[in-house]
Amino acid sequence: MATQDIIRRSGTSEATPAAQARVGGVKQVAKLFDATKCNGCKACQVACSEWNDLREEVGSFQGTYQNPASLSPECWTLMKYNEVEADGKLHWQFTHSACMHCADPACLKACSTSGAIVQHANGTVDFDSDKCVGCGYCASACPFDIPKINPVDNKAYKCTLCSDRTAVGLEPSCVKTCTTGALRFGTREDMLFYAEKRVAELKDRGFTNAGIYNPEGVGGTGMVMILRDINDPESYDMPKDPQIKVSTELWQDVLKPLGTAGILATAGVALLHRITVGRNIVEEDQPGYRDEDHEEDSK
Amino acid sequence: MTNHWIDIKNANVVIIMGGNAAEAHPVGFGWVTEAMQHNNAKLIVVDPRFNRSASLADHYAPIRSGTDIAFLLGVIRYLISTNQVNFDYVKAYTNASYLVRDDFDFHEGLFSGFDEEKSDYNKESWFYQLDDDGYAKVDETLEHPRCVWNLLKQHVERYDFDTVSNITGTPVADYQIVCDAIASTHTKDRVATFMYALGWTHHSKGAQNIRTMAMVQLLLGNIGQLGGGVNALRGHANVQGATDMGLLAQSLPGYVKLPSEKEPTLADHLAAHTPKPLRPGQTNYWKNYPSFYVSLLKAFWGKYATPENDFGYDWMPKWDQMYDFGKHLDMMYRGEVNGCIVQGVNAINSMPNRNKNLKALSNLKYLVVLDNLSSETATFWQNEPGFNEVDTASIQTEVFRLPTTCFAEEEGSIVNSGRWMQWHYKGANAPGEAMADSEIVSGILMELKKLYAEEGGRLPEPVKAVNWEYTDKHNPSSIELSKELNGYDVNTGRQVSSFSELKADGSTACGCWLYAGSWTEQGNQMDRRDNHDPSGKGITPGWAFAWPMNRRVLYNRASCDVNGKPWDSNRTIVEWKGGKWEGIDVPDFNAKLNPKDSAHPFIMQPEGVGRLFALKLLKEGPFPEHYEPVESPIGTNPLHPKVVHSPVLRWFEGVKDTIGTKEEFPYACTTYSLTEHFNFWTTHCRLAAISMPETFVEMNEQLAAEKGIKNGDLVKVSSKRGHIFTKALVTKRLRPLQVNGQTVHTLGIPRHGSHNALTKKAYSCNVLTTEMGDANTGVPEYKAFLVNVEKAEV
Amino acid sequence: MTLNRRQFFKLCAAGAATSAISALGLMSEKAYAAVREFKLLRAKETRNNCPYCSVGCGLLMYSQGSGGKNSEHAIFHIEGDADHPVNRGALCPKGAGLVDYVNSPHRLQYPEYRAPGSNKWQRISWEEAFKRIGRLMKDDRDANLIEKNADGVTVNRWLTTGMMTSSGMANESGIATQKFARSLGLVAIDTIARN
Repeated sequence: MATQDIIRRSGTSEATPAAQARVGGVKQVAKLFDATKCNGCKACQVACSEWNDLREEVGSFQGTYQNPASLSPECWTLMKYNEVEADGKLHWQFTHSACMHCADPACLKACSTSGAIVQHANGTVDFDSDKCVGCGYCASACPFDIPKINPVDNKAYKCTLCSDRTAVGLEPSCVKTCTTGALRFGTREDMLFYAEKRVAELKDRGFTNAGIYNPEGVGGTGMVMILRDINDPESYDMPKDPQIKVSTELWQDVLKPLGTAGILATAGVALLHRITVGRNIVEEDQPGYRDEDHEEDSK
Repeated sequence: MTNHWIDIKNANVVIIMGGNAAEAHPVGFGWVTEAMQHNNAKLIVVDPRFNRSASLADHYAPIRSGTDIAFLLGVIRYLISTNQVNFDYVKAYTNASYLVRDDFDFHEGLFSGFDEEKSDYNKESWFYQLDDDGYAKVDETLEHPRCVWNLLKQHVERYDFDTVSNITGTPVADYQIVCDAIASTHTKDRVATFMYALGWTHHSKGAQNIRTMAMVQLLLGNIGQLGGGVNALRGHANVQGATDMGLLAQSLPGYVKLPSEKEPTLADHLAAHTPKPLRPGQTNYWKNYPSFYVSLLKAFWGKYATPENDFGYDWMPKWDQMYDFGKHLDMMYRGEVNGCIVQGVNAINSMPNRNKNLKALSNLKYLVVLDNLSSETATFWQNEPGFNEVDTASIQTEVFRLPTTCFAEEEGSIVNSGRWMQWHYKGANAPGEAMADSEIVSGILMELKKLYAEEGGRLPEPVKAVNWEYTDKHNPSSIELSKELNGYDVNTGRQVSSFSELKADGSTACGCWLYAGSWTEQGNQMDRRDNHDPSGKGITPGWAFAWPMNRRVLYNRASCDVNGKPWDSNRTIVEWKGGKWEGIDVPDFNAKLNPKDSAHPFIMQPEGVGRLFALKLLKEGPFPEHYEPVESPIGTNPLHPKVVHSPVLRWFEGVKDTIGTKEEFPYACTTYSLTEHFNFWTTHCRLAAISMPETFVEMNEQLAAEKGIKNGDLVKVSSKRGHIFTKALVTKRLRPLQVNGQTVHTLGIPRHGSHNALTKKAYSCNVLTTEMGDANTGVPEYKAFLVNVEKAEV
Repeated sequence: MTLNRRQFFKLCAAGAATSAISALGLMSEKAYAAVREFKLLRAKETRNNCPYCSVGCGLLMYSQGSGGKNSEHAIFHIEGDADHPVNRGALCPKGAGLVDYVNSPHRLQYPEYRAPGSNKWQRISWEEAFKRIGRLMKDDRDANLIEKNADGVTVNRWLTTGMMTSSGMANESGIATQKFARSLGLVAIDTIARN
């Protein structure tokens, strides 16, 4: 059964769009992460794994409260911890790290597999894993380093914004469980309205640099953030000005249509890929790629 | 909590000190962020570590662990010296104006009446001057030199900013900010709440820590108010209920007392615990003690409790001293105990001085463990190199491990910190053959009843008499037990609707007088689910049942002045209006009376007022005083070097030899919970283990550099009592403090170390801690002790 | 290190083929995106309270089975109760992971016994457990109960056995424990509340 609300689909040109009749009444949604209200409790992280039936391996202490060490195929939401000294004070800053659900998703653009990545009318960027071939283009294209490839089934995984919950009218699991109200969920319009109000409150409380993180380079994000110092998103492990890489744009806008037009020969694709995005994914130490097969081969 | 979780949103200033609500009570902490965002509240965090609560604080002030009393007495001095006191409240609702006996005194760290030999006080002088009618003398002008106000002023005079900073290590600039924030709530339109937990109780003067804060709240007029109060953030889900159930060495349900051997008859006991009013016209609610007590005896012994046998009073065991678990472990260690039943507690890892506990348990003839998870306590006899080194074959203890249901598999009530009795339902059957705790104790009791009936034996009467007339004696239902807790008329079987219906003549039975009203003739009041908040102040009278009598804010009479007018019209709980009392909460006073005739708000006290001077209730003295932790990193008390730590500590034999000095163990150390874990339970939960797989020791960057320790290095932490290996977390969140001319480094170790779980095998921090504790309660000093740390060979 | 070259070409080939198929409109059955089915649709919902800290958050527990007589309920998901006035749906990380406590592989299943000096558990029945514990307790009580102190005052206390009680159990088990313990004469009773 099709949801018939797909506004974008990977590996697909405008000549053959997805069924999208049911988008007329759909409002764009957004998750708001207010870092100034987060105390790093990890409820969102655990609720995400619980709802999605994910159980990462139990790791070990890595010199930080952050566990697991990074997002993984079995950890789609991760709290990050940063000790930052600024304005003569210590700040222990926490980042709710999960898919940003970009309005203009680099992952979707980079994906060559038809329909493996879709964007619903409400803005959710979702992976249709049965189609995923595990090529890792999405992982290397993502400016936020979110998708992760599972070496077991060779599929890409990330936060779905609990599309199975939002589809029945519920909020995402992380948002529901948030203990301090640092996470909120609603229409994108409402979230931006609230965020502006909240930033004004924060300025009144002395957070003069508080601001909204909704970067334009990816067309705005479906996870909007309020940061203590909007001039220093790096202190939250967020890129200052995330962009879709030129290579990904090139892939999407120039090269992929060729597929529809004449179906380029495999060798050609391979060559172009090598020139454009290829080098971004062939490094095995890339966090996006865990290739156990390859490790087997090299032994 | 005098107040409740939602009420925190009404606060103007929130002080988290002696607790770490963001970490240990995250959802409750959500109401702090609510107050900050919607009530423009300021959050102040005072803690040895910059913790998760501090991460959102407007201001964080570091403090050396174990110096909270000095910190707070300095606050009191500041409030008094700057006149930032709610004087109307203090004059009317505290004992500030009461005259104290002339022979009460304080000198060089000791109050009057100290007996050096017994390490205890004769408390005779710690009392009011009484008039001929037995009422306390007062001077409402506060001018009399012997009134509490002037004695308090004199007592705190020593705690100026420099002295406080020199003891606590809190920089003066930080201290000033905290003092100003707290003081800002002395006005009638501002209120502060203090949120505390084990960070205050786990000290050798835990009760006094809390009491000092309560004094601050009284001076500011913050008790009985929306957004104020004295708010203990209870630990476990049903600590409140367990305490209400009197599961303590000297208690019975409802805070009535297990009799002492000095009270041979019921009349003796009732006389000793039924107070006479200390001021005219006071409610003196404990005057009803006999009704509560006799009704409890009826619940215990049923038809065997008769006026002729003092309602079975003789069968109640009488104590000669406090047998808390710390004491009993010490007795086990000495071979004086044969059996122990451990119910839902990982005792071996939770109790201090683990190596001693291991020997103690090994001395038992039998150990019965009731638990729903496999804990290290039940397997204490299993050798685990490094973590639990024992000679299994030589341990002659018979051990039983009995599986219990968990919350999801049973129905019943638990009581949250806000005193809400909430009813829960069963969602699934327990795994395997697990049974509820009530079914297991019934099973053992039925066996004992059978044995005593068959064989006779020592004092079989109470075993026979104990009232177990439940439908299924082997498995009493939660409903039956709950109705018994509420209380009923023994002749008609009618459930009482209030504790005012309880009688001292044996015509009513009640398992816990405070719970009266929770299961009435109208049915179960604890599963009510109307979450409507008609006033918008967070009072939801239709949700569950808050003891006593569904009251949400205790002492709420104090929200009004003596004429019944609220101090702040935006904070009205009750109000005298048009000749009657109205309000949004159940009045905590006799609402039939005109305010002019009505008694003072603190109805459980025989004088009706809050006590700035505690009389004889605490062992250390009627005023708090700064004493160092038993193991002090400065080795002296800057205020009175001859009295370094609490003079009334309980020293078990030989324990003095297990106390370290700063020369040998130069660093302060504290222990705590992480938000990802709940004691040891969650070490058995995969999701929790993933989110925090291993424990560690936190230390500051300077100390780490001095010791050549890098983040993530394996280190050895040792105390006089043992050592552990763990990994270092080097952080900016801990910092060295300047104390009494030296630098004090503090280390911190989470308490979740377990070698038998889904988390990485880890040592228990309680290998390091000392069993020395609070003289009033026996609660150990888990939060302040001395260690050394070295990089370990991998 | 470079990507496995064999695998790389495999991927490229697959990519090209998929593009080709979609271009021609030959979508396979699974080609349409649909979200994961909502897993709670008809699950049995039971209200409870979190057993960890004293905030007392409301829970919704979901178990499988229609409630019909032939199904055994097993809890597979727990989330916050949005109607609860304190937590309003929220749960902390411990609460959010409660399902792994209920279903922990370390839950105890049946009574077990360790004999003196033994290095292993042996499974026993409840009847055996009650019988043996009853015997041990009675023998100890009969031998050591103090009926009168040195001054001849009736004290009826039993010091050689003690009880450390849970502060996680419900009040109903609490009052049963209290009556059980005091009727036997136990005075060494404490609760982990304080530790």
